[in-house]
Amino acid sequence: MLRWILGGREAQGVVEKNSVLFSGEEQPKNCFTELQVLKGHFDIVRYLVQIDDFRFASAGDDGLVLVWNVETGERLLELRGHTQQITALVPYTITQEDLTHTSLITASSDRSVSLWDPDTGNRVQTVSDLQSSVKCLLVLSCHNIWLSGGNGLCVWSSGFQLLSKTEQHSDTGVTAMVELPRNYVAAAVDREIIIYELKVSSTESDVSIIAFRHLANHQDSIRALINVSDKLFASGSHIGELIIWDSVEWTIHADDQIALEDLPYDGPLEIRLGSQKQSEVSIQHLVSDGELVVAAVGSGLYVYNVQNKCMVACRKLAHDSDILHTKLLSQSKLMSCSEDGSVKMWELQEPLLLAEPTTAGFFGMWSFGRSNKQGPSPKRIPEALGLKTLELMGDLIGHSGAVQMFLNFGERGLVTCSTDHLLIVWRDGERQSSLRGQELFQKLEENQGLS
Amino acid sequence: MIGSPDVVAFTKEDDFGEIFPDPCVLPEEFAVPLFTHAANPWTKTAYAKFSKDFILISEFSEQVGPQPLLTIPDDSKVCGTFDLNYFSLRIMSVDYQASFVGHPPGSSYPRLNFVEDSKVVLGDSKEGAFAYVHHLTLYDLEARGFVRPFCIAYISADERKIMQQFQKLSSEFSKASECLKSGNRKAFANELLKKLKDLEYTRSVLHKESELQKMNNGCYSTQAIEKANELANMEKSIYEHKDLLRQITSYPSRKRKDPECVAYEPEKPTDMTDVNLALSSNPSELEDKTVSGDEANDRPSYTPQLIKAKSAKCFDKRLKTLEELCETTFFEHTMEQLKFIERSFRGDLCYMYTSQIDRALVRRQKITNFLFEEEEEEEDWREHGLTKQFEAAGPPAVNQPPSASDMLAEPMSLDSYSSCLDTIQIKPEPEFAEGPPESSPSELTQETSEEAADTETKGSFSSERSMEAVSPGNLQMQYRDTEVVGMSSSSEECTTLADNAFLDQCEADPSSALYETPSVQTETDRAVHTFPLLENDLAMNATDVYQTGSVQVDTACCMGQEGFIHEEPLPKPLRDGCGGDMVVKQEPLSLLQRDPSLQGDYVLGEPALESPSTALSLPELNSNTLSEEMARINVEDASDTTSYMSTSTSSDRAPSPFCHGNPVTLKQKKRAGQSALRFIRQYPFAQQAIFCLLTGRTLVVLGAEEGTVRKLVNALSIFVPNLGKYGETVQPWLSTPFQLTDLQRWKLIGLQRMASPTESSILHSLIRYSRYIGILDADNKTMRCPPYKGALLGHLADHRTQIKRGSTYFLHVQSMLTQLTAKAFLFTFCHHFHLPLSSEDKESVAAHRTSFFHHLGYTEEESKIVHFLSELIKQHYVQGPSKGTSQSVLRFNYTTSYLYKI
Repeated sequence: MLRWILGGREAQGVVEKNSVLFSGEEQPKNCFTELQVLKGHFDIVRYLVQIDDFRFASAGDDGLVLVWNVETGERLLELRGHTQQITALVPYTITQEDLTHTSLITASSDRSVSLWDPDTGNRVQTVSDLQSSVKCLLVLSCHNIWLSGGNGLCVWSSGFQLLSKTEQHSDTGVTAMVELPRNYVAAAVDREIIIYELKVSSTESDVSIIAFRHLANHQDSIRALINVSDKLFASGSHIGELIIWDSVEWTIHADDQIALEDLPYDGPLEIRLGSQKQSEVSIQHLVSDGELVVAAVGSGLYVYNVQNKCMVACRKLAHDSDILHTKLLSQSKLMSCSEDGSVKMWELQEPLLLAEPTTAGFFGMWSFGRSNKQGPSPKRIPEALGLKTLELMGDLIGHSGAVQMFLNFGERGLVTCSTDHLLIVWRDGERQSSLRGQELFQKLEENQGLS
Repeated sequence: MIGSPDVVAFTKEDDFGEIFPDPCVLPEEFAVPLFTHAANPWTKTAYAKFSKDFILISEFSEQVGPQPLLTIPDDSKVCGTFDLNYFSLRIMSVDYQASFVGHPPGSSYPRLNFVEDSKVVLGDSKEGAFAYVHHLTLYDLEARGFVRPFCIAYISADERKIMQQFQKLSSEFSKASECLKSGNRKAFANELLKKLKDLEYTRSVLHKESELQKMNNGCYSTQAIEKANELANMEKSIYEHKDLLRQITSYPSRKRKDPECVAYEPEKPTDMTDVNLALSSNPSELEDKTVSGDEANDRPSYTPQLIKAKSAKCFDKRLKTLEELCETTFFEHTMEQLKFIERSFRGDLCYMYTSQIDRALVRRQKITNFLFEEEEEEEDWREHGLTKQFEAAGPPAVNQPPSASDMLAEPMSLDSYSSCLDTIQIKPEPEFAEGPPESSPSELTQETSEEAADTETKGSFSSERSMEAVSPGNLQMQYRDTEVVGMSSSSEECTTLADNAFLDQCEADPSSALYETPSVQTETDRAVHTFPLLENDLAMNATDVYQTGSVQVDTACCMGQEGFIHEEPLPKPLRDGCGGDMVVKQEPLSLLQRDPSLQGDYVLGEPALESPSTALSLPELNSNTLSEEMARINVEDASDTTSYMSTSTSSDRAPSPFCHGNPVTLKQKKRAGQSALRFIRQYPFAQQAIFCLLTGRTLVVLGAEEGTVRKLVNALSIFVPNLGKYGETVQPWLSTPFQLTDLQRWKLIGLQRMASPTESSILHSLIRYSRYIGILDADNKTMRCPPYKGALLGHLADHRTQIKRGSTYFLHVQSMLTQLTAKAFLFTFCHHFHLPLSSEDKESVAAHRTSFFHHLGYTEEESKIVHFLSELIKQHYVQGPSKGTSQSVLRFNYTTSYLYKI
């Protein structure tokens, strides 16, 4: 592509397009034509949390939590207190008599958990000297309590009083938690999902938690655990297994079982694929809107319809490197960010007539690792499924390191955070221009004409 | 020799009557008069004996008469065959102020006059020289009346330049003069302090001697009385000097309110302690304190000299030079200022006009100036810098008048002498012996008291000589008489008759008085002898002028006035009957003051004013003279590409306009214009490169050789909108990979191509951010950037352009960019291009925009340029002058880039 820079003399009227993926410079559907770089962190920024319509918080390995205004890019607050990297950041919203107040709960490797007021910057509550560092946090707003997952699971009141705790697990500890109906909580601990039952007394002052069931269907450690809907939740493992669970019965969704029947054959195949990087099939991230589940598998994207229990679309090489975060923007649009430093926007489109299949390896639907190498399996070509294509609408390139996460503020813009210590706010240039126009005429009025 | 002196002095006159310009008529300043002569219109200087304007400093020396001291520029070629001596005589002859300092009748002490400078315009048709003459007086303890008349003249062959730039000249020269005088006051005060120390010391020595005399010879011996007289004289002299010191130090207290002067009064506080000490109480205390103070301040201490009561011949003494008269820093500062004046008034008048009009217009469009115009107020910057420099040198002045207690602390012994002080002109100042090097240089060579010198020069030569015959002893005898008798007629006898006459004359007519004296000297064989008669005439004329309050202009001065384009609105000069001499009852006004259209503010929706603003783009004072540029063209334009390459290697290392912290000057931009001209001729894709810059897409110039890259960056920098005062938006040479934030900050980057591991990371950044940048490969002569379609940039960068000179091309670019800016301004501030009216929706806004660009005949690409400029204007208007780049955003579009080759 850049041979000419290296001194090549070949006639190259037009810049070549990426052969793997369309990433041309014409992106008519990409409205993000303005960016603003936000500096403030000194290390990798890993977490972004929206506070309200225009504020968000960012946190990362430097232990800092910064509160920003997404419209102006102004840094509003600097929440200092943690001495080591932040391992979890969640918003904690309390609604009292129509007033909603959002606080932030942070967990850090310094084995402390803190509650911050993003209006004042005060560290409202803090607990330190925990037995292990907290890796995940879950707020149960119905009971006004929150859970922390480290080596064990702890239940805390809103006043940071320890209400209950479970026995210690293995070194891996709890990596993810989801809330299930009827006061159950699912936690991912290495290869198994543990269902906990919360027993809350009528006064809500007495809470106890007990392990109710162990689901050990995954062959490798679980990387992602999400709620799909009231009835379903999903988990994805390091070797590319995706299981959709029934939230009430904790059984594998009936139809999914079919897809997973190939699993016993994994063993010999794994040996054959030994040279392949594990991360290429690892499910890094799952996201769902209740109907579709998007799985970030290695550097590919897979979309599954839970209602129809079928694959909707997939793109094996969506990015040049592992996808770290995805988001469904609407029924047909999704966004992904990756270690390659880019954010890409995708659209699910009906396949064109006579179009070739988007990918040859979508047959091993639930075991993507194999599918890559297996090649097409004619008996499973799902022509009847009406597979859609995942078309690239645009990409955002700005970060020089992996994009860890992004946060969508709708028309106000998109915030990305990255390994390069930066945050970037991407905005709609047209909208910003007209906003500046308004501002200009407002100032013109204040000044009473040009002066 | 000169029949009718061409003297013009200006007095304030007003009431010209209102001028009502017809709005339809082209403004005066743009009307080009028909030039009928076949000759070069710029050959005005042909009949002058000097090649270009210069500044001349002359002095009316009390010894040799008017003499030139120095010229700026200090180059003999400048003056050519022009007779500086003669012209000095001319310009010094018009000092009508004739500030008399010394003993004004009725006052008891020598008084210093704080004379205001006078400003005069003088023309000499014979020499082809016209001058703005600024008279000033400096204080010199050894000079007659303590004053030395000087004048600074701006000499030009173009009389209109002098006339029309009078006010600017006047204000500039006033600043310089003020600075010089401040330095002089300081030096004068220092000199007085030294002198006082000498006197105190001498008094103490005399005191001891007289005690000795009394012991040895008794109280009434001749020697004892002699010593007593000597001592008395010493006391009186001390008193006088203290009074002078008080006067000189009290000067600034009334002047300092003028803010202009403040910057030039940075006297050290230590001086003030000296002054206070000198003015306070008894001498021994003074000495003690001074000594201790000196040690404390670690300054070179001054050893008092013994002053001998010996009068020296007037013409034997060496007068201080101008440099010695003024504190060094002040003197240097003044010279700098004068050099600046010389620079800023260089060149043809029409050029100065254009630039002045231009600057006035540029000031009106301050909303968009940041885009392409020069940063305003170079002068302000200059003065600011100098002020700071002085602030660094020490806290500002302490020249407060001594307190009353200081004055009360005068030694009582002085009172007895005060009564006769007013009548005594000749003071036998005790002279010092062969002095150590610490004493002031003038005192080493001249052996007279300043008051004696005063009298000597004022007086006739005969009286002078007769006085020389009087030995110091005799003089002392006379004084003794005076002292004994007290104030009487006999005391007056000791002053010469000439002096008395002189004083009377001064009273009657101070202006002519100055020229009276030399006329007596006609017998002497000195250089001075050439002028007294003339001087008399001149003086008389000058006197006439002041009496009538009118202004004289000689024939030559008025000759060119019919053809003078700016003369029309002025009332016709009054003519009197005698020999074409005319009297103009007007003060020269600057052009801009006269033109009401230029006074108005720039109002939105007034296209009439827009046109001049876009038509002119000479944003700064002319910094090159015509001749200099001519010389340059020959060198630069005659050379072809190959010779360019060879010459460029030497100029590659020439100071880059983007030195850290240095503002980008117009001169540098003009030089860049030369490079830009070459660029557009050599590279067929120049338009694409310029398009990148004008749409805010960062342009990366990639190359292995630093000189080539810097040259290209320099050339392209004139197209960078919002370049910044220091060229902040340009990075001329970068050898590390750039980041996204760099693209936000820099719009033009010179990037090093290296055959090293860093290359891959640099290439990576190039590839990664390729959508935000255009890449100009200087080594392979390729350009990768979005395409440009349209005609606009074709006019801006036509590789077949007929423009030969870099500065011309720069101005062409400026004018084109100003047109663009005007459109962007219009676009930005038209409400309906941005906000829908109540009944309308968003589509109508888009439709308005489309029709606007369609009306302009702009393509989509060109509208992008306007959009980008408009965004910059919005941001600038809302946020004020750039609040740092941290808050700024990077705008871009997703367009396909193409690769262009030669």
